[in-house]
Amino acid sequence: MINQSLATLSQMLAEKQVSSVELTQIFLDRIDTLNPDINAYIALDQDRTLAQAQAADARIAAGNALPLTGIPIAQKDIFCAKGWQTTCGSKMLENFIAPYDAHVISQFDAVGAVNLGKTNMDEFAMGSSNETSYFGGVKNPWDLTRVPGGSSGGSAAAVAARLCAAATGTDTGGSIRQPASLCGFTGLKPTYGVVSRYGMIAFASSLDQAGPMAKSAEDCALMMNVMAGFDERDSTSLNREKEDYTRYLNQPVSGLPLAGLKIGLPKEYFAEGLDAAVANVVMDAVAEYRKLGAEIIEISLPNTGLSIPVYYVLAPAEASSNLSRYDGVRYGHRTDQYADLMEMYCKSRAEGFGAEVKRRILIGTYVLSAGYYDAYYLKAQQIRRLIAQDFAEAFKLCDVILGPATPSTAFKAGEKVDDPVSMYLQDIYTISTNLAGLPGMSIPAGFAQGDDGVPLPVGLQIIGNYFDEARMLNVAHQYQQVTDWHTRMPDLTAIEGVA
Amino acid sequence: MEWEVVIGLETHAQLQTKTKIFSGASTAFGAEPNTQACEVSIALPGVLPVLNKEAVHCAIKFGLAVDAEIAPRSVFARKNYFYPDLPKGYQISQYELPVVGKGAITIQVPAVGKNPAYEKVVNITRAHLEEDAGKSVHGAVEGMSGIDLNRAGTPLLEIVTEPDMRSAAEAVAYAKKLHELVQWIGICDGNMQEGSFRCDVNVSVRPKGSDKLGTRREIKNLNSFRFMQQAIEYETRWQIETLEDGGVIHQATVLFNPDTGETRAMRSKEEANDYRYFPDPDLLPLEITEADKAQVQLLMPELPSAMKTRFETQYGLTNYDAATLTASRDLADYFVATVNAGAEAKPAANWAMGAIAAKLNAEEKSLADSPVSAVQLASLLKRIADSTISNNAAKQVFEAMWNGEGEVDAIIEAKGLKQVSDTGAIEAIIDDVLAANQAMVEEFKAGKEKAFNALVGQAMKASRGKANPAQVNEILKAKLGA
Repeated sequence: MINQSLATLSQMLAEKQVSSVELTQIFLDRIDTLNPDINAYIALDQDRTLAQAQAADARIAAGNALPLTGIPIAQKDIFCAKGWQTTCGSKMLENFIAPYDAHVISQFDAVGAVNLGKTNMDEFAMGSSNETSYFGGVKNPWDLTRVPGGSSGGSAAAVAARLCAAATGTDTGGSIRQPASLCGFTGLKPTYGVVSRYGMIAFASSLDQAGPMAKSAEDCALMMNVMAGFDERDSTSLNREKEDYTRYLNQPVSGLPLAGLKIGLPKEYFAEGLDAAVANVVMDAVAEYRKLGAEIIEISLPNTGLSIPVYYVLAPAEASSNLSRYDGVRYGHRTDQYADLMEMYCKSRAEGFGAEVKRRILIGTYVLSAGYYDAYYLKAQQIRRLIAQDFAEAFKLCDVILGPATPSTAFKAGEKVDDPVSMYLQDIYTISTNLAGLPGMSIPAGFAQGDDGVPLPVGLQIIGNYFDEARMLNVAHQYQQVTDWHTRMPDLTAIEGVA
Repeated sequence: MEWEVVIGLETHAQLQTKTKIFSGASTAFGAEPNTQACEVSIALPGVLPVLNKEAVHCAIKFGLAVDAEIAPRSVFARKNYFYPDLPKGYQISQYELPVVGKGAITIQVPAVGKNPAYEKVVNITRAHLEEDAGKSVHGAVEGMSGIDLNRAGTPLLEIVTEPDMRSAAEAVAYAKKLHELVQWIGICDGNMQEGSFRCDVNVSVRPKGSDKLGTRREIKNLNSFRFMQQAIEYETRWQIETLEDGGVIHQATVLFNPDTGETRAMRSKEEANDYRYFPDPDLLPLEITEADKAQVQLLMPELPSAMKTRFETQYGLTNYDAATLTASRDLADYFVATVNAGAEAKPAANWAMGAIAAKLNAEEKSLADSPVSAVQLASLLKRIADSTISNNAAKQVFEAMWNGEGEVDAIIEAKGLKQVSDTGAIEAIIDDVLAANQAMVEEFKAGKEKAFNALVGQAMKASRGKANPAQVNEILKAKLGA
């Protein structure tokens, strides 16, 4: 049951083979058993969750079901959900109960999906290992000594360990795709502006984008049908006609499933820094695509190397301003003892924020300061346009771009916590698409042996042109028709046995 | 040494929109604290701003009114600083690319002492849209400060001038003109007590003839024209004295204390702020097309300058009268309504600017509260024009109308002020006067012109002021053979 696709679960619900309450209870029980070890969830509320399941069952009985009605979904704790503790992985918001729903949450509510709980994440989505969470690290279900990636580490572990039917994530520099790669499932970051950011706690507003994290491209397409769409409460939300993201899934171009598809391989993504075992898995996947009829060409994204420095100017700049509202005045953490306003600000923020968040606030404040703005912020904005231009040139030559999602497989917990630059390099292949606003996804492409011999998932990244999500989902889906990497599950019997 | 003061103004005008500039919360003044603070006003995690189009229309209206460049593309920026009444920790404003660019306003500087009144053009540097902050409330809760976020997010248009003004009188004349203009075009209610219209004044001094600007000090948050006048005068004297005593002016923000009439520098810490402006990534650049401007143009009332020219040509008013009437929308409307109700233009202008204005001024009332409506004034002026009453009698009738004693004709009747225009009756009076004042008649005949006026006076007196003065003149002349 827990390994079924969303389409199958939906059918089973429709045919009354299982009720939403039963299905939800299966996941809640599994969470009960596994979450103490994996720590994928920050907040659970069985009563609230089961009430939604009951409502879904009534809706199904009344014949008003939609594809995700009654399906238990895990929500990243970055989305405000009315009545739910909404922490963004921070002590600052440890006791914050959201009084309103994010657009994404209300979209899922509207179709009658069930909110299973709020998933763990790096504090304010700043991190690539989920180790900056105030609520503790998340374990990678494939190897509990390793990280699941981040910042959507809780959602990633929940999907991989089948602690939910599917999950939501957000991706500012790779926070959906990197954990999808490290935990072996399918994650999609849509074109900037496709999913409303309303109620999604801001990290870097010009880069943040929500997307689905699920077992397959098909599941992601069904999730996208719920999440995407114009929202007038977000000025950067794009007013486009509603689309059906499943529409190209099974549509062959002609003859072979992917005949006529031109795939670009950016040479910069296969250069120094890429783990050889990861490179091998990615090249095997490329070979598979050739068999499906695609044409493979080499392309160049010459400014790839600048993406990390540009990102680490722009994202902290926006974050330093976005996080100013956490001042202890109206909500969130306020220090116990203070003599005056300034001390109240300083102590509340010193106590409420973790080290990585502070580091980025400091960097962001610095690059926006008088005398440094032109050299850092403005220069970074200029390079950002060059990076977008690289992609525009590339998409004149190919339909989609393939490459690794991450330079290596999942690393050990604690391995990079004291080396921020090495941590930041985790996102070398994913950050450019955020800077350009392009959609990107990671799909399971095989396994590589870790340094201690444990096989770990490897993700293949697919980057498309603006609004090409449906085409990318087709490209991923066709691959998932001829491979079974996406159906593999980590062996968790050791923990399950204990419980 | 002779000194020259150089003054520039920054004015915050609250825009008359129903809802806030970036959210749907109400902007009404005076509600219970924090009852008009939606999730955006409180800056809850995850909320986003959406620009209120009505506020943009107000900015376009202002740009059109001062003949300014309206930017086809302007950008909202974040001004970052911490303050308890600033919920996001930044204010959304416009920095490098404002919505309104260079424009100009012509002001009338009133006569002072022996210096005559004159016109002057004050150049507008820019005007930009931004959100207001909330308010800190002290004393409501024992030992604590309260925060009221009702005002947070109220739309403001900040209007910045060039340093074009050279006296407190010019600065006040500009402020009054701007105050009238924003109300005229319906973008601001102009209520200075409620903070709808707030002025910051930059003042510096320099030796007369120098073209180099001195160091300026900014007088913050002046909420009355009288305080503005006093503050600038004090500040100017202080700067001149400081320099003459060999001192140096440091750039500073100062506050005016109405009780002492002095300005005093705020903490210098204020000056050290680095606001770290950068474009707000939550808002798209504001784009204004020619079509948008044309649409707003349709909603524009006739501007004071156009109305002034029209008053001169259409009603034959003098430049001074036309300028005075169009200094206020209410006064101009009152004048036009009086004329439309049948009064002649010149007397209508005189009465509106004279008797009415004096009464309102004395009783601190606005035209909206005038006990004598435009229609009532017109009916009074018609009685002068048709010789029913004399100008002198009209003054008594006006007093009575002002005091609510009734309509024009009833008052004339009740007070017996009707003018005597019956030739026979007047002749009889004049005959009596001539008979009783033979000495004056002789003086007149001897060439003493003044005696004629004395005889007119006697005749008017004898008629108890009711005789038509023109007729008295005419008949008297005939009888004296003059």
